[in-house]
Amino acid sequence: MKKSKAFWGFLVLALVIYAVVQGMISGGMLDLYYQNILIQMCINIMLAVSLHIVIGITGQFSIGHAGFMAVGAYISAIATMKLGLPLIVAILLGAVISALAGLLVGIPTLRLKGDYLAIATLGFAEIIRIIFLNVEYVGGAAGMVVTNMTTWTYAFVGVVITILVIANFTNSRHGRGCISIREDEIAADAMGINTTYYKVVAFTIGSFFAGIAGAIYAHNFFIIQPTTFNFLKSFDILIYVVLGGLGSLSGSAIAAIFLTLVSAYLANFPETRMIIYSVVLIIVMLYRPTGLMGTKEITSLFKFGKKGGSKV
Amino acid sequence: MEWLQQLVNGISLGSIYALIALGYTMVYGIIKLINFAHGDVFMLGAFIGFYAIARWDIGFIPALIISMLLCAIIGVIIERVAYKRLRNATRIAALITAIGVSLLIEYTVIFFRGASPEAYPEVMANKSISIFGASISSQSIMILAVTIVLMILLQFIVHKTKIGKAMRAVSHDADAARLMGINVDNTISATFAIGSALAGAAGVIFGIYYTRIDPLMGVLPGLKAFVAAVLGGIGSIPGAMVGGLVLGVVETIVSAIGYSLWRDAAAFVILILILILKPSGIFGKNAREKV
Repeated sequence: MKKSKAFWGFLVLALVIYAVVQGMISGGMLDLYYQNILIQMCINIMLAVSLHIVIGITGQFSIGHAGFMAVGAYISAIATMKLGLPLIVAILLGAVISALAGLLVGIPTLRLKGDYLAIATLGFAEIIRIIFLNVEYVGGAAGMVVTNMTTWTYAFVGVVITILVIANFTNSRHGRGCISIREDEIAADAMGINTTYYKVVAFTIGSFFAGIAGAIYAHNFFIIQPTTFNFLKSFDILIYVVLGGLGSLSGSAIAAIFLTLVSAYLANFPETRMIIYSVVLIIVMLYRPTGLMGTKEITSLFKFGKKGGSKV
Repeated sequence: MEWLQQLVNGISLGSIYALIALGYTMVYGIIKLINFAHGDVFMLGAFIGFYAIARWDIGFIPALIISMLLCAIIGVIIERVAYKRLRNATRIAALITAIGVSLLIEYTVIFFRGASPEAYPEVMANKSISIFGASISSQSIMILAVTIVLMILLQFIVHKTKIGKAMRAVSHDADAARLMGINVDNTISATFAIGSALAGAAGVIFGIYYTRIDPLMGVLPGLKAFVAAVLGGIGSIPGAMVGGLVLGVVETIVSAIGYSLWRDAAAFVILILILILKPSGIFGKNAREKV
């Protein structure tokens, strides 16, 4: 009952946000520049939340998320541009292939731990990027021309589905399994949790949604190039999750929104942006290593308020 | 004799990887941290060497020494400012800080001098000597000579001096070393200083050999040097040397058989194979996890 209340509450909130923004777009209050920032924000939220399930929930340190985004972007672009499929099919196809890639990468690498896993995922992401760089069918280094098809509706629906699925997964039996791995892998193993299975599941789900984000990204700009998906992109996504709080879904989403605005504001000063990013990252890690929100969700702040109210 | 030629090129490239990998492996051996900023210290070393040679007009050997000294200082500053507080933090926090420091160095350099590449001045006449039909440039010989000298020096420091003994003790068991009266903090700083000095030397050599440097040049060699360190067995000094040379030769062979665009992928494929098949590397010891 309680959970379904949160679920419907979120859905209503999402509808209201959607209606307001769509109204503003139809009414001509938001020009293309702002629409683009909103879509960019949605893509970044999807990426942040899909990495959150790997790092925040399961505690597996992956720094190759841009690789799965690249798979989603390229597969969906091939589907629409070369095969002439409709966008929605292309997005799903991109996501499914990306999830398969996640499964293939995850099964061997998730046996590794900590630093080694991080480097291995980084290596896989680079390999994926180099493969796209070398395949002439998708344009090689010059990139692939893609028609602009993404609208605010696609991006927003993508975000809502991503958040709903990952929030529900976290609250399910599987999600608790994943959290137990994050807290103590050996203890979880001893309690009879199939740690490899849950790690691979979380990783696959993460790459599925990264694939959706990549597909929407590919159709938002007019060209996709392999260099877009290098490890700096992976670090960008990592920064959202770490800054927002390792283990907090709303935290990573808020960080994604905030940092998208910051980088849009500093678009003409990319160096300054990266310097600010890195300094903030270092300071947060030195003084608050769990990230700004820790493992708390934004909803728990309201719950705390309610509790205080009932006492009075 | 084509192959001998490629082998020489591979060894030259491999020596650069080996010099960078030594810093990774020493730091990892002592505080279990992948120092992502190490590749950027390498980049700073290349730029210090460039300014020393091109602007102040000094010779190759003095420039190399200046670059090594300044890089050693930079390495110690990085360690004292960013990593020292994180000794007891989680591995993820330390790793993210290292990534942060790496980005900070790269973009601070870009902020002050722009992202444009720089052409390294020629410091020595590029003569080639032909041995068995393969022409070996004097630069390759210089790289090899500098690398060998530095590695002998490193072996001497690690095995014959007091600080080297302290470093080995701390990497074996930091707490026990502290109980034995070893100043662990200073030993860790010394490790960073030596590792960064080697990276600085690698930077100057890289600049002279490839003649083109830019602020983001440290990223890929840094990652590959890490691969070399893992390949040789992370924490092992001879492992880093062998790993670097093997990686350099493999990369050159991949380029030579016509897959030069796949060269970067080769390093990562090696990394993943070694992580899956033998994570302890060629020279690494198998560590059992204790609960």
